[in-house]
Amino acid sequence: MKTLRRNFLKIAAVAVLGWGVRPASQLLASGGGAEPSEGLLFASRHSVHAGPNALSAKRWAMVIDTAKLNEKVMEEIQHVCHTLHNVPNIPGKQNIKWIWETHMEHLFLEDLHEYQPEAGAKSALALCNHCDNPPCVRVCPTKATFQREDGIVMMDFHRCIGCRYCMAGCPYGSRSFNFMDPRPYIETTTPDFPTRTKGVVEKCEFCAERLAEGKMPACVEVSEGALTFGDLADPESEVRKLLAERFSIRRSPTLGTKPCVYYLV
Amino acid sequence: MLEKAINGSKVYWGWIAFLLLLMSIGAACYWQQLSHGLTITGMSRDVTWGFYIAQFTFLVGVAASAVMLVIPKYLHDYHKFAKILILGEFNAVAMVILCLLFIVADLGSPQRLMNVLLHPTPNSVLFWDMVVLNGYLLINILVGWVTLEAERKQIAPPKWIKFFIYLSIPWAVSIHTVTAFLYCGLPGRGYWLTAVLAARFLASAFAAGPAFLILVTYIAKIFTGFDPGKGVLPTLGKTVVYAMCVNLFLLLCEVFTVFYSQIPSHMAHLQYLFVGYHGHGVLVPWMWSAMIMAVVGILILIVPKNRQQDNLLIIGCLLIFIGAWIDKGLGMIGGGFVPNPLHEITEYVPSQLELGVSLGIYATGFLVLTILYKVAIGVKQEVE
Repeated sequence: MKTLRRNFLKIAAVAVLGWGVRPASQLLASGGGAEPSEGLLFASRHSVHAGPNALSAKRWAMVIDTAKLNEKVMEEIQHVCHTLHNVPNIPGKQNIKWIWETHMEHLFLEDLHEYQPEAGAKSALALCNHCDNPPCVRVCPTKATFQREDGIVMMDFHRCIGCRYCMAGCPYGSRSFNFMDPRPYIETTTPDFPTRTKGVVEKCEFCAERLAEGKMPACVEVSEGALTFGDLADPESEVRKLLAERFSIRRSPTLGTKPCVYYLV
Repeated sequence: MLEKAINGSKVYWGWIAFLLLLMSIGAACYWQQLSHGLTITGMSRDVTWGFYIAQFTFLVGVAASAVMLVIPKYLHDYHKFAKILILGEFNAVAMVILCLLFIVADLGSPQRLMNVLLHPTPNSVLFWDMVVLNGYLLINILVGWVTLEAERKQIAPPKWIKFFIYLSIPWAVSIHTVTAFLYCGLPGRGYWLTAVLAARFLASAFAAGPAFLILVTYIAKIFTGFDPGKGVLPTLGKTVVYAMCVNLFLLLCEVFTVFYSQIPSHMAHLQYLFVGYHGHGVLVPWMWSAMIMAVVGILILIVPKNRQQDNLLIIGCLLIFIGAWIDKGLGMIGGGFVPNPLHEITEYVPSQLELGVSLGIYATGFLVLTILYKVAIGVKQEVE
């Protein structure tokens, strides 16, 4: 009887030890191989998986030329984005927005003054800034929101517990929560993109699914030149040329989030 | 010892039945929330945390108050507190259970709750809040139960329990500090982005928590004849009033910093709460009521003579408790989200179903509290 118990304890101890070591070995192995390298404990950057034609960059960024934005273009952009991504059209204050139109004075609280009423009342687009130092990723308790190596901040709709900490953390109001089942509010469902369930957070993902197929983000494609998308790390890229030539601002840069959506004004 | 909970008077069983009724109302409301989502609440895209998270924040403070008994008893040998120590510890147990229930009620996808353990993320303060809250729950169950059992057998509690009693002191501070860190580390939320937040949370906790303890001890005294001992509650009342003074002082520090610096994104929230902002001010009457209650409560309890009188002590504690509840349970969370980072104003008022769920959760917490207190007081009276 005694030996039996001792043996049981031995096996149990080894099992516990093995279970304890396993994650550590995973931690060491991350980075190499084809498996997604999710940080076991701390949020870390995920490697990008893409097909043969995929567009790739070291650091994706967007430049918005506010002078080229007009009502028609902005409406088309919102329509295309929200249709492609099955964003529901929910009336009221529990709505969901990936890219939306708002006044410059709301976007750039600290950069405008009262003697430029026209500039303040002008409309522009707001979307996720895909910050280099994203507070949403920092606060997420499950790594359901994470950053890829190319800078895109993504959402795992199947892991999100709906605590909405990321929404408190985001200083740009770029995130939306599914207060209800969104499916009845989707006019035409795009089968290529997942619909969401109630109780999870969602937001713009810089069309990561299109980049993987070699396509530009949908908003850029229909923007008639108002939106430019490219590699911030490449000095020859279109975005870098625009940023070098023109005066640009970012939303609340003093917060240290390092937003990667630039506005030409 | 648990058998003490199933031996009670008609009043006891009536109270239990009443709580069970409230719990079933809460369960019915929660069923609505589970089927339709958080849309049944008053929350919105701009105000993403509401009544649930505010109650959690407030109750963490009430839970932490046990330390205001443990410190005098174990670090200063103030043995008069020995008799009500167990009430503080069991109160902490019930309050932490309430906190956890409110967090779960607030989740959009509660079925995925275990993801917090499956994908541990130490860079999230929520992860640490889970660790410290559950830790504090276990410590207080352990300490409360072991010391009570020893008391029943009329032997000295085992020596090893001392370790957990001392551990409970910094742990109590940690639960409210980490809870404050949930908020004060967020860029773009001016109302919370202040280093005094954790200190203010602790100060208001050490006012509201002991005030609650005093009130429930009086209730226990009425229904069971439990005698806390002469001068015990007035002494605890001193803790209440001093802590509330510190809380008000820290609030004034905040008001000075915000309004003398004149930084708009920090001023907007206090303006919204106390005078209204661009015509919106649903919380203004509440906040002023809280301030008046806090000040009147302090004026009553700061006079040592008043603390000796049962009626004045009860009124003072009620005022301070309700004042702190409004400040944290209504203003702290709602005020932080209005205006939003784009300087747009969406106000928040909890919905009836949301309040129904909260009622059910509170009833659950009080059920736990009642049962634990029944056991504790039963044991004490048996020994006597």
